[in-house]
This record gives sequence, structure tokens and C-alpha cells, in this order.
Amino acid sequence: MPLDANTPDLRTEFKSVGTRPNRPDGVDKVTGRARFGADFALPGQLTGLILRSPHAHAKIKSIDTSAAEALPGVKAVITYKDIPEQEGCDKDVLVNIMARGTALYDGHAVAAVAAVDASVARKALKLIKVDYKVLKHVTDVDEAMKPDAPVLHPGRFDPVDFSTLENAAHVSGKEERKTATPAHSNIAGRYVFGHGDPDKGFKQADVIVEHEFKTEATHQGYIEPHACTASVSSDGMAELWVCTQGPFMVRDVCASLLGMDVSRLRVTPSEIGGGFGGKTTVFIEPVALALSRKAGKPVKVVMSRSEVFRATGPTSSASMWVKIGAKKDGTFVAADAVLKYQGGAFPGSPVEMGAMCAFACYDLKNVRIVGYDVVTNRPKQAAYRAPGAPMSAFAVEGVIGEIADKLGMDAIDIRLKNAAKEGTVSSYGPTFGPVGLVETLEAAKAHKNYKVKLGKNQGRGVASGFWFNFAGNTCVSINLNVDGTLALALGTVDIGGSRASMCLMAAEELGISYEDVRAVIADTSSLGYNDISEGSRVTFSSGLATIKAVRDLKVRMCGRAAKIWGIPEDAVKWENGAAHPAGSNAGNFPPLSIKEIAAQASATGGPLAGHYEINAEGAGPSFATHVCDVEVDPDTGAMKVLRYLVVQDAGKAIHPSYVEGQFQGGAVQGIGWVLNEEYFYGKDGTLQNAGFLDYRVPVCSDVPMIDTVIVEVPNPGHPYGVRGVGETSIVPPLACVANAVSSAIGVRARTLPMSPPRVLAALEGVAASKA
Amino acid sequence: MRYEAPDTIKAAVGLLSKAKGTSRILAGGTDLLVQMRSGMIEPDLVVDIKSIPGMREIVAEKGGYRIGAAVSGAELEEHGKVGKMWPGVVEATNLIGSTQIQGRATMVGNLCNASPAADSVPAMIAAGATARVVGPKRTRDVPVEDIAKAPGKTSLAKGEFVASIFLPKAPARTGSAYLRFIPRTEMDIAVVGAGIALTVNAKGVITAAKVSLGAVAARALVVDACAKAIIGSSLDDEALDRLAAAASAAAKPISDKRGTVDFRIKVAGVLARRAAVIAYDRARG
Ligand SMILES: Cc1cc2nc3c(=O)[nH]c(=O)nc-3n(C[C@H](O)[C@H](O)[C@H](O)COP(=O)(O)OP(=O)(O)OC[C@H]3O[C@@H](n4cnc5c(N)ncnc54)[C@H](O)[C@@H]3O)c2cc1C
Repeated sequence: MPLDANTPDLRTEFKSVGTRPNRPDGVDKVTGRARFGADFALPGQLTGLILRSPHAHAKIKSIDTSAAEALPGVKAVITYKDIPEQEGCDKDVLVNIMARGTALYDGHAVAAVAAVDASVARKALKLIKVDYKVLKHVTDVDEAMKPDAPVLHPGRFDPVDFSTLENAAHVSGKEERKTATPAHSNIAGRYVFGHGDPDKGFKQADVIVEHEFKTEATHQGYIEPHACTASVSSDGMAELWVCTQGPFMVRDVCASLLGMDVSRLRVTPSEIGGGFGGKTTVFIEPVALALSRKAGKPVKVVMSRSEVFRATGPTSSASMWVKIGAKKDGTFVAADAVLKYQGGAFPGSPVEMGAMCAFACYDLKNVRIVGYDVVTNRPKQAAYRAPGAPMSAFAVEGVIGEIADKLGMDAIDIRLKNAAKEGTVSSYGPTFGPVGLVETLEAAKAHKNYKVKLGKNQGRGVASGFWFNFAGNTCVSINLNVDGTLALALGTVDIGGSRASMCLMAAEELGISYEDVRAVIADTSSLGYNDISEGSRVTFSSGLATIKAVRDLKVRMCGRAAKIWGIPEDAVKWENGAAHPAGSNAGNFPPLSIKEIAAQASATGGPLAGHYEINAEGAGPSFATHVCDVEVDPDTGAMKVLRYLVVQDAGKAIHPSYVEGQFQGGAVQGIGWVLNEEYFYGKDGTLQNAGFLDYRVPVCSDVPMIDTVIVEVPNPGHPYGVRGVGETSIVPPLACVANAVSSAIGVRARTLPMSPPRVLAALEGVAASKA
Repeated sequence: MRYEAPDTIKAAVGLLSKAKGTSRILAGGTDLLVQMRSGMIEPDLVVDIKSIPGMREIVAEKGGYRIGAAVSGAELEEHGKVGKMWPGVVEATNLIGSTQIQGRATMVGNLCNASPAADSVPAMIAAGATARVVGPKRTRDVPVEDIAKAPGKTSLAKGEFVASIFLPKAPARTGSAYLRFIPRTEMDIAVVGAGIALTVNAKGVITAAKVSLGAVAARALVVDACAKAIIGSSLDDEALDRLAAAASAAAKPISDKRGTVDFRIKVAGVLARRAAVIAYDRARG
């Protein structure tokens, strides 16, 4: 076949791609047949429960499990001693799944039991005696950076000498710097990005705006709590059924923590009731395996909602300072930022990505961003949709909104004036290829929502956002069935309708109908390694691999046709779901359809399958522009989102409905982040709102129908032009809503959430200053 | 844990009187089951009152209505006539939870759970409702405001429970309303609640009023100063300002994850004012 399987040819005409068929997993999900994490059950299975620290920070002097072990019905009790440290394992993950000597946050796992049922397990938990010595704690990022803050990991991180660093004033007060330098600190990392000379740039500015901002930690709020069932046999072979975004990650991490050969652990992912980044690491999985190993029976562990809030991975809270200078015509001349993100009790807050994204939307000659990764007595953060980017965008887009107001410029025009384009050297280094920010700004400006006249106490906000998108390791198989239908085996968990998109791409490439391709998410023993479903990588990477696997299959099918016809393989081409002679001198044979080739597969050499594996690159970033209208009740501070528009570049929307779904979902999560969602800690450092009653995600009636516009600026890195779309949508909303509130009532929100008490207090502050 | 579903009041009282350890009445269960599941309480005895005849009925009495202790919010709404007479009470009850919760949740459960934020309670208090308390010694009628004492605590003695709520006949030209503030649009707990009932004469002058505030103290407050602020007025702006000021002055809230002291004080005044305007319009027809 004269088709080079390795050159990406950018296709622009489509039959299946761009249509909106029902998703293959849809019926099961709406009828309750779909199996989620907690739906797996095995004969003789035990219930596993985890004992958690009631303290934010405490030395664990001793753990006495003897009474629990003696309780009838208890089959295993474990502490960190049952999970000895293995060479080469990730020590932070090891400590996070089970405290070793010190409880580092409220909810930190301390011990676990497996018992014949939940009520016995609950009784056993109460019988475990833990002797704690409560230590001083710190949960706020600014407090944690102070020289006298309680240090979480004595001896691990050296103090940072702020007196020698740029932007030091915005990191630590002068007074504090004078005090004796502490021996150790909570600052786990420092990141610097930028180019040019911001100090010089600011000298050319006609207007400079700088402010400090704070955001609180939020949780992904997935509906399905973490759940898994582990079964370890007496010969050390293990199986795990689990709700995760990354079964291969779960396998490799658990094997490394428990000292097993990878081949001994097979992980099967369930359907997933939401993850949004929160299911990209392990929490209960190694614990369930360790319990099963000790008990010699299968063990199921299902988190309660309160455990999900206290002990999984919310995102970071942030404290930020941003300064931007502009000319009278709106051109930005310099930008500067300091970002401080706490990522819970371990290093790894997404401040590096927050720093890279902060100014990525703009073409800047002079730009600098410094980011600090800080540890506090909170649960170890996990990824949350565009990790790190929404916070820095909140600060940057808020300052831009204020500059536009000062210059009397339209909020979209000032962004158009400075927008990053193909050829722009990004603030974090690389030069952009074809990107769609300008197109999103123009589409937003042309949209009817941008022209609606606003009433009293109403305001409009605009914000743009960026996310890199990742690609990564992917491995796909496509198997031709005897009747000519196809089974597509994917290794990336479907977190947003990706099975439908893969089937559409396979159908497109083969020239057959969508209904003839059925996709499954394979277990870890059935495919090569696949990276986690994260970084908006699935439709891009697994899509690319699906297309290439289909091309591989097409080559093989053409080979079979050549065999049947008795002509050379390269004299056969694939078109419209059938093999054809490539030209008239190849011979005059009627086409062989995929069904005919399948029927003869056994006779012509055996089963037919296509395969592809790649560590993909070229994901192509996705930019977005959001427009939001709000109304504020000036007497109560209550806020209503009246209209909300998402315009985003999808490169090519394979299944437009699911692209729109991603736009809407990200926007709603962002709106929740602005309005009411927050980790609310008591003075004792314990979480006060570990449930959906007081951790307030928006309910349906809190948000309008989110309007969407899909912009398509094809990504040259993908055969069909796809860009990931899953994450960018949560980047602009924080600033977008805040800018709308400011335009409605003249109060600039720089601390999130903008809950009614905060808005009302700000309004009264303004009223008092006028009186 | 023992579960019993007796079919007479006497049997229920007998079970509760004799019970050792913790015992709980089960009405709709929308508080009780949540508390049990989260491990907040582990009762030794649960007495379900839904099988007792009359508990799920609403009957006309002396021009008003007697509402059985197991009548759900949805049943109360469907009745229609209660809502015509006391719209504030029915609207407040229907604010509880969602459609699913409304199928089970009761006013009496809302009252006896003794949360200061219970939505139906300020509305019942403003309407002058009484609770019929049955028990081992006697049956007594108690003003609704005297049932809850503090968060989670009631004035009911061992063996006692509430069999019904009585809403008296509303005088002519009476209007009622209840408003609450929640950060979301539904599925939330009141940060402040304000219930009001008022009666006007033919000229539109207020002759009687009762105002109750929720979520601003350890239990729902009856604020006489609010009633005084508007009685004798035609609810002009000055009267409304006085009302709001009296409501704010009466509020003695705490700061917590749901709201701050300052916010609750201010919003108590705002809601009292807005509820009064609605009640006044209803009274004038
Ligand atoms: C999702 C959800 C949303 C909610 N939203 C709201 C809301 O918006 N506003 C609000 O105020 N509440 C809300 N609630 C709380 C709850 O629904 C209400 O308090 C409801 O009115 C309780 O009624 P019930 O019949 O379900 O009570 P139950 O749970 O049956 O009982 C509550 C308590 O009262 C006691 N009790 C019940 N009946 C009697 C009796 N006859 N005599 C003596 N004691 C008795 C019980 O022992 C228990 O302690 C919500 C609950 C949920 C789960």
C-alpha cells in the first residue's frame, strides 16, 4: 500500500469525524449497568477501612493494634510496618498512603483493618490505640514561608535567602528577613521563567497595575469516591480492580511500593465517575493490596465522602503578586509575577505549571515569573484540570481587566492587541506554532452574548486562558473480527467520551461506519504501557495511535487482498472500506470489502490486527476566551451568573458534543471555584467542611446553560488536527467572573472564593470610603 | 440496634419510656439516617412513627389545621388549603432539600432535630403554631418556639414525642412569608432565615405581627422588637428600616464555615425587611 504510515498527512475532509453519535458507554451509564469502582465483588471479600489522624500535625508515639486484632471477624490490621520501604520507591507517596512516625495532616492514614463486614471493621478502628503528641501546624502558604513557621520535614529543605532574590519584598516582609535565618524551611522548590528585562520595560509604561491575590484550595469534586478491590494470592500474584485515570500508573506504583515484580500485578480499571486529575495517583490501592496480602483474602476499600475531602488530593491554595505595565494604546511593555502555591504536606504543588501558564496568552518582550513550591499541613495535592493555571490566570487576567478599565479600552481589544500568535516566543520559552487565541477573541467579540445590554447591578467580564496539553506514551491495538467489525483496545481510561472519539477516528480512517467499531479499555496485561489519562492527552495521543494502528491494519488487509488477487502488495490501495487495485495496470479486480477480507482471514494467513505504540509529541496548546455576565445583590452579596460563554480552540472537534461538554464542565468547575468552593480549616488545622453540604460545588440551578463556540485551528502534530480540550476551560473562569463582578459593583475581588460574606464586606468597605 | 414500627401512640410512648441507651423517633429520616450513616449517633432503639394512624393526615380543626407528625413536605404542599392560609409555613417547609427530600422530610422532624437553621421553624413560630406533645404522663400543647432549646437539644422529656402540629385559623387579612439566605440556589442550609406573619386592618395598617429569625442564635428567636417596629404602620420605609434594625440588633450569631457574624447580622435585617414586604402584600390581597 503506497501509504506511508509515518507521515502525518493533515486531513481536512471528513465523513465520520465531526458527527455526534451516541457514546458506546452511554446506555450502560444511564441504565445503571456500568460498573464503577465499588461495583466489583469477589467471593469471600473483606471490608477494608482506614484509621486517619484527627490532628493536623502530630508525632505518632505508638500504635497499639492488639485489641483490634483480637476482635472476632478482624482478618488483618496493618500499619506502616506492614509496608516496609522498598529501594527506589517514591518515598513521598509511601509516606502519604500511611504515616510513618508523623501525621502530617488531618486525615492522614495511620492504620488500616480488613474485617468480615463494615460494622466489625468500624469497631476494630475504634480499638486501635494511637498515642499522638500534637505538634504546631501551618495550613496557610504565606504563614508556612515565614522563618518561624513549624517545619514539616526537618532537615529536608534548605531555607531560601530572600535578600539576594528578585521580588523578595513580595515573598517575605523585610522585618522577617532581618530575623535569624532558620535552619530549615517549608520551601520545597523555586522556579523562574521569562525573558527580556522587566525592570527596564516598566520604565516605558504609561500605566502600571500591581496587586496581591489569594485563592483557596478546591477539590475536583468527582461524584465517585475512590474505590478498589484487591486480591493477592498465596503465591504472590495479585489483581486489582480500581477506579483510576491511570491503571498502568497504579500497577507500577503499587508494585514498587509493595516490592512486587510488575508482572505479578494486573490492574483492571473500572468505569470512572469523574477524576479531573484527582485520580492520577494512589491512595487506597496499595493499602488494599497490603491488607489482602496479610489477610490472604480479597479486600475492598471504598472511601467515604469525608475521606475523599480530607485525604485525597485537592489542588493548591495560592498567594500571588502580579504587576503589568502598558502603553496608552494598550501594548504591554513588561510583566512580573511571584507565585506561591502550597501543595500540602509534600513537594509538588503545580506552581511550576502555574508560572509557565501565567503570561502564556501574551506576546511579551519583558517578562519574569518566580514560583515557590511550599509544603503545609494539608493533604498532598493532586492534579486538578490544568493544574496550577487557573490561579495564576486569576491574578494576571484580573490585572489586565484593571488596565483595560484604566485605559478605557475594550476588554477583548486589549487582549487582541497583545495576543500570542504563531511565532510568538512564549513567556515560558518555546516559540508557538499555529495557535488559536486571536480566533477565540474574535469569535467572542462577534458572539451575541457580548452585545446584550446590561441592567442595574449587572456586569460583564472577559478572560483568556492557556493550557499546554500533553501527549506521551500510548499503545493501541485494533482487531478485525470474523464478520468485519472491529474491536479497538485502548489503554487510556475514558474520562470524557474518548471511546466514542476513537471509534469515530477508526471509522473515518477505514471508511466504514461508526457502529462497526467497538472500543474497550484494556487491563494492564493486555497492552503495552499507557500514560495516565491526563493533560488533555487522550483524544490527541490515543487518537493518533488509533489512526496509526488502523493504517497498520490497512497495510495488512491490502496484503491479504494482494495475496487473493495474486498481485504485488504495493499494487493495492484502501478506499471506502475496501481494498482496490491501485490502478488499471494492477489488474481489474472488483474491490474486496473489509467484511470479505475478514471472512477469508483464516485462509489467507490468520487473524488480522493493527497495532501502534508511540511516545507522542506535538500535542499543540489550546487557548480559550470566556465572557461572563453576573448580577450582584448589593444587600446580601449574593451573585447570580446570568450568561456564560466559552470559546475555545479544539484544533479539530472529533465529537463536537463531547468537546462542548468539556468546555461546559471546566467552566462550571471554575465558577464553583470563584463562588463558594474552599477548603475551610479550623484553628486546630482540621478541615471543617469535609462534605458536599458545606463544600459548595455549584448545583444545576446555580449556573446558566453554558454557551459554547468551537474554534478550529488545526494542530499540525495530529493527522486530523486535534488539540486536547479537557483542561483549558477551567483556566479563565476565576478571573472572568471576578472581572464581571468588578464591572457590576465596582469591587475588585482579589481573594477567592468570592462568597457572599466577602462580597458584602467589600461593598460596605466601598460605601464607607465614599461616605 | 432495634427498629420498631408500633401502630399506636401508646405503644410508641411505651417503647420510648422503657428504652435504655439512646433512642430516636424516625419520621422522614432525612436527618436521622444521615446522622447514623456518618457515625454522629448510634441509637440503640429507633421508633418509626409512620405506621401510627393519623400521623400522615392533615385535618381541619377550629378553622385551622392539625398536621400529623409524619406528613411530608410534598404532602403538605399538595394539600393546597394549608398553603392558602399559611403560605409562609408551607413555602418554608418546601424549601427543605430537594424533590427527593420533600417526599420524606417532615416539619416535626425539622423541629425536633433542633437545628437553629431549620427552615420551617421560624415560619411555624410566626404563624403561632403549637406542637402536641404526647408522653407517658400527659398530653400537652406547646408553642413551637419552646420545643428546641439548643442545637440538637429539645425540651421533650423521656418517653415524649410530638404527634402533630396545629396551625391556628389565620385572622382575616393576614399574610405570612419566610425567606432564607443560602450561598447556593438550593440544597443548602440557611445562613439566616426570617419568618413573619402579620395582620392588617381595612386601611392597611398593621394590627398584629410576629417575627422569628433562624440561624442567628442557638435556636430560632422570637423578636418582639421587630413586631413592635411595624405594628401601627403601613409598612412605610421608616417602619421597614426600624424592622431591619431590630432584626439585626436581635441577631446573636457565630462565625463559621457558613457565614460570618457581620454578614448574618446585616442579612437578618435585609431578609426581615423583604419577608415583611411579601407578607404585607399577601395580607392586603
Ligand atoms: C439533602 C438534604 C437537604 C436538606 N435541606 C434542608 C433544608 O434546606 N432546610 C432544612 O431546614 N433542613 C434540611 N435538611 C434536613 C432535614 O431534611 C430536615 O430537618 C427535615 O425536616 C427532617 O425531617 P425528617 O422527617 O426527615 O426527620 P427525621 O430525620 O426523621 O428526624 C429528625 C430528628 O427529629 C426527631 N424526630 C422526628 N420526628 C419526631 C417526633 N415526632 N417527635 C420527636 N422527635 C422527632 C428524630 O428522632 C431526629 O432526631 C436537609 C437534609 C438533607 C439530607
